[in-house]
Amino acid sequence: MKKRKASAGGAIKKRDPRKDWQLYLLLLVPVIYIIIFKYIPMGGLVIAFKEYKVRKGIWGSDWVGFENFIEFFQSYQFWRVLKNTVILSVYTIIVSFPFPIIFALMINSVRNEKFKKVTQTIVNMPHFISTVVMVGIVFAVFNNRTGIYGNLVHAITGSWPQDLFASPSNFRHFYVWSAVWQNFGWDSIIYTAALSSVDPSYHEAAQIDGASRFKRVIHVDLPTILPTIITMLILRMGSVMTIGFEKVYLMQNSLNLSASEIISTYVYQVGLSAQGSGDFSYATAIGMFNNVIEFVLVVTVNKISKKVSETSLW
Amino acid sequence: MNKKTKIKYNQDRLYYIICYAVVAILTLIVLYPVVYIVSASFSNPDRTVQGDVWLWPVDINLDAYKMLFNYQKLWTGYGNTILYTVGGTIINLVVTLTCAYPMARKNLRGRSQIMFLFSFTMLFSGGMIPNYILVRELGIMNTRWALLLPGAMSVYNMIVCRTFIQTNIPDEMLEAAQIDGCNDLQFLFRMVLPLSKPIIAVLALWYGVSHWNAYFNAFLYLKDNDLYPLQIFLREILFASSQIGETEEMLAEEVTRSQYMYVAMQYCVIVVSTAPLMCIYPFVQKHFQKGVMVGSVKG
Repeated sequence: MKKRKASAGGAIKKRDPRKDWQLYLLLLVPVIYIIIFKYIPMGGLVIAFKEYKVRKGIWGSDWVGFENFIEFFQSYQFWRVLKNTVILSVYTIIVSFPFPIIFALMINSVRNEKFKKVTQTIVNMPHFISTVVMVGIVFAVFNNRTGIYGNLVHAITGSWPQDLFASPSNFRHFYVWSAVWQNFGWDSIIYTAALSSVDPSYHEAAQIDGASRFKRVIHVDLPTILPTIITMLILRMGSVMTIGFEKVYLMQNSLNLSASEIISTYVYQVGLSAQGSGDFSYATAIGMFNNVIEFVLVVTVNKISKKVSETSLW
Repeated sequence: MNKKTKIKYNQDRLYYIICYAVVAILTLIVLYPVVYIVSASFSNPDRTVQGDVWLWPVDINLDAYKMLFNYQKLWTGYGNTILYTVGGTIINLVVTLTCAYPMARKNLRGRSQIMFLFSFTMLFSGGMIPNYILVRELGIMNTRWALLLPGAMSVYNMIVCRTFIQTNIPDEMLEAAQIDGCNDLQFLFRMVLPLSKPIIAVLALWYGVSHWNAYFNAFLYLKDNDLYPLQIFLREILFASSQIGETEEMLAEEVTRSQYMYVAMQYCVIVVSTAPLMCIYPFVQKHFQKGVMVGSVKG
């Protein structure tokens, strides 16, 4: 083992890589991991351009060019799943983005520390509920016979209400509002943290000028957290095409499929589910279409934001 | 007090009242379903279904819990989930730390290229089917490794960890240690790890919770009942009524004796599966929040 020279100063200068062999050794496992589990699947995307047969393997299967993509674009499912994905996602962003900001601004105005602490603990809690349980809670609470909803309507009107989950239009509301319920508290943490860095002298100055508390929220608090808001908005805008498979799949039933079939669930439906055709190439092409748009969106949104606000993710 | 400040004072009071009220109402909206479910799980199933439970348990009765605890699958699932959570978190921590420590060195040659290799995977991925083929080709389909290996490291968490190391362990410390003849591995074990305890705690919590709640990989890659984690069992119980086709044989004969009992058992299973997290949560939430803050600092 080589001994380090005593004059190890000049740390900013790039060092002789041979001296850092231990660091490269440490990096070996993570790099191998990322190559196997992230980059090999990216390479696996070639099957989107092939007619994948298990017997022939990825490399042995025949090339078909863009046939799978064209088939998808021309199928009647294309507009349906694309529309469902975008609507669900935009709806989610519009509703779930402002909530944590407003909540953070309000709880920041609360001066009773104990009240603040207790409420924050409670509203952050649902973030740790698993997706399966979350959907289970929604189903249980809004059950039209046994849940709070059913019993409440029955107690008031004397008759049992309709099954809410049988309607496609309700699917989106349940999906979005349960996400708000689960995450608004947790998502507000980042804003409350940013608010704690507001310089008190701004507030004092504004107070001397006669600004009310509400005015100070608008003119002092809000501008302070604006960079955080923009960064978070970029993150969200970029993920318009990213909707988790799990929750949508769990909330799906045969009656709401016209609103709840999104791209990721359709990929599963085509490629892996028992009812699907098992066409891996076609399913991969659909998934890849989604990933490419997602990628372009993140990069574009970030470029725009860099220009407009000098805030960017990288 | 002149007129102007008086108006301002009243305005402020109104604003504060609105703030307290809104925060309180939102908190109650979050709290109510949770309390209801816990109460419903401890109530007499008949009374629950008939709508007598509104807030507190009515006619306390543990039959539904007894019925739930008789399911062997619950215990298998619990055991498996504990195994996946502990094993998976250990793997996560080892991989994340061995990656974050070298990446925190500003003068490492090739650092930005390697960083690009990692961060690119946050922007683009192969997707469901290529991952599925990979797991199959690696021969880990329907084994425990299928849940432990594919998510061995989250790049986001690695960046959070790297940022923490960069901001908390000054370059001077490394230089001083190097003068004393300390090599990189010694520095990792003697200085970086002990000083990174807070971030290790945060990462362990993040990873641990995600393993506990994980559903997707088990759903895709496991076929064997003995390997199923708790979340798969939960789905069977919670969605049995909506997806009877899939679970009929498993549950029907045991369940038919009481539909009410079954509804009550759904409440119980929510409580039993979520209680461990909810019990430790108030004590560790500080750490979680700290992690969010570390993550928001760009490195």
